[in-house]
Amino acid sequence: MLSIGIDAGSLTTKAVLMEESKVLSRALVHSSTRNAAVAAIDECLAKAGLKAGDVLAIVATGIGRNEVAQATGHATEIICDARGAVQALPDARTVMDLGAESSRLIRCDSSGRVTDFVLNDKCAAGTGVFMDAMSKALRVPMPDMGELSLKSTQDVNITSMCVVFAESEVVSQIHRKVAKEDILSGIHKSIATRLYGMLNRVGNEKQVVAVGGLARNIGVIKWIRELAGTEVLVPEYPEYAGAVGAALIAADRNKS
Amino acid sequence: MKTAGVDVGSLAGKALILEDGRILSWGLVPTGPDSAETATEAMDAALKQAGLTLGDIEFIVSTGYGRVVVPFAHKNITEISCHAKGSNYFFPGVRTILDMGGQDCKAIRCDGTGKVVNFAMNDKCAAGAGRSMEVMADLLQIPLVDIGPRSLNVEKGEVSVSSTCTVFAKSEVLAHLRQGAPTNDILAGLCAALATRVYGLLKRVGIEPEFVISGGIAKNVGVVARVEQKVGLKASICFEPQIVGALGAAIFARETLLKQQKKPVTA
Repeated sequence: MLSIGIDAGSLTTKAVLMEESKVLSRALVHSSTRNAAVAAIDECLAKAGLKAGDVLAIVATGIGRNEVAQATGHATEIICDARGAVQALPDARTVMDLGAESSRLIRCDSSGRVTDFVLNDKCAAGTGVFMDAMSKALRVPMPDMGELSLKSTQDVNITSMCVVFAESEVVSQIHRKVAKEDILSGIHKSIATRLYGMLNRVGNEKQVVAVGGLARNIGVIKWIRELAGTEVLVPEYPEYAGAVGAALIAADRNKS
Repeated sequence: MKTAGVDVGSLAGKALILEDGRILSWGLVPTGPDSAETATEAMDAALKQAGLTLGDIEFIVSTGYGRVVVPFAHKNITEISCHAKGSNYFFPGVRTILDMGGQDCKAIRCDGTGKVVNFAMNDKCAAGAGRSMEVMADLLQIPLVDIGPRSLNVEKGEVSVSSTCTVFAKSEVLAHLRQGAPTNDILAGLCAALATRVYGLLKRVGIEPEFVISGGIAKNVGVVARVEQKVGLKASICFEPQIVGALGAAIFARETLLKQQKKPVTA
């Protein structure tokens, strides 16, 4: 049984091709690409040496899920994230999805079924957009931010919650010659504090797992661990959790 | 008796000189990276206009978010109190004030003497502060002062902007532009969104006439018209709404000095 899960996010579109619970191929394209979903699906099929007719079920998730023409079904990102996270790390009971324009805190059971969740998609603070803005203000590429922040020797607090205000605050700290590493550490602490607040609202039970593109940022994960006083695990391909969940749901639906 | 008030805001520094309760002069400068320098620049501008030196001023009160770093101030007082005081000077009947600055927005209720009885404030989020308009002016590449008049000149129909967050609203505005929406119609939507946000703040303190709008946003006719419509009251706006805080501070300076002079001199 072959299935595809496609996660059309605000920044990137991810597709995975699965055979039962085994991932055969993955693809990630920028969502601003023309026909991003088609491109991601085609890439997945090509990598696995298959063609569209071989796949019976395609479930789309993410903010752009309704625009995926090939989809045989849809599911919310919350349901897919939880399913994908439990698939990657079976002990996951609290899932943090750190996306580009939204963040979600999800509680689920051992089968990946959602029991509770908190969502922020109203405010850019606490989302990847915040990190993107800070990356530009400091001229540090996104992938380097986390590592560099770990070299901090001095505590710096970013007091502004709003991304717009935080930008000015960071610029004024650059003017005051505060070390980049220290500002970065403050930035990571700031976003982690927001996420920790959400974590407290859903409660953390057993294993906390972070997924989504921002889960690759070690600085954010470090601060969440520190604030929550608990281990936070990150699967090998955190950005694909939603797509994996969607592919599993596609297979389920096709069976029943 | 000459006193002065200095209001160091997030986007502008204001200083005002008062002589026996009469406004002598004021200075208005953009806020730089150093708040103390901004305060000095604003003060110098006001002094120059009045033909005075700092030594001529007997008492100076500072206010605004940079109030604690003003090197030449004798005392500092919160901007909430100063705005109520300053608004009361221009409009003695004022009971409700909307002060919208660069990085915050305040709804203030005061009594007949300009004393604050209640207030609500947003200084956490750029949506609902003047800064959001600056961001949009920058994005649409139009002068800040054009936003108000253009927003009242709707072409096809107001384009509603549903994102609260300024960062997300930027993407939304770009999407509207790509779909061919006229800039004026988008500006109408942005002014309406801002008016809705600040109306929420006003409702929290309760609205009672006379209603005054102060701060930089009072210069945006598009926002003012929409706030007036929601509130159902005409807003009183003084000739320079950005100096109200500095004026309040200068009045507090005068009152402090008068109180000190009344005290018997103890050798």
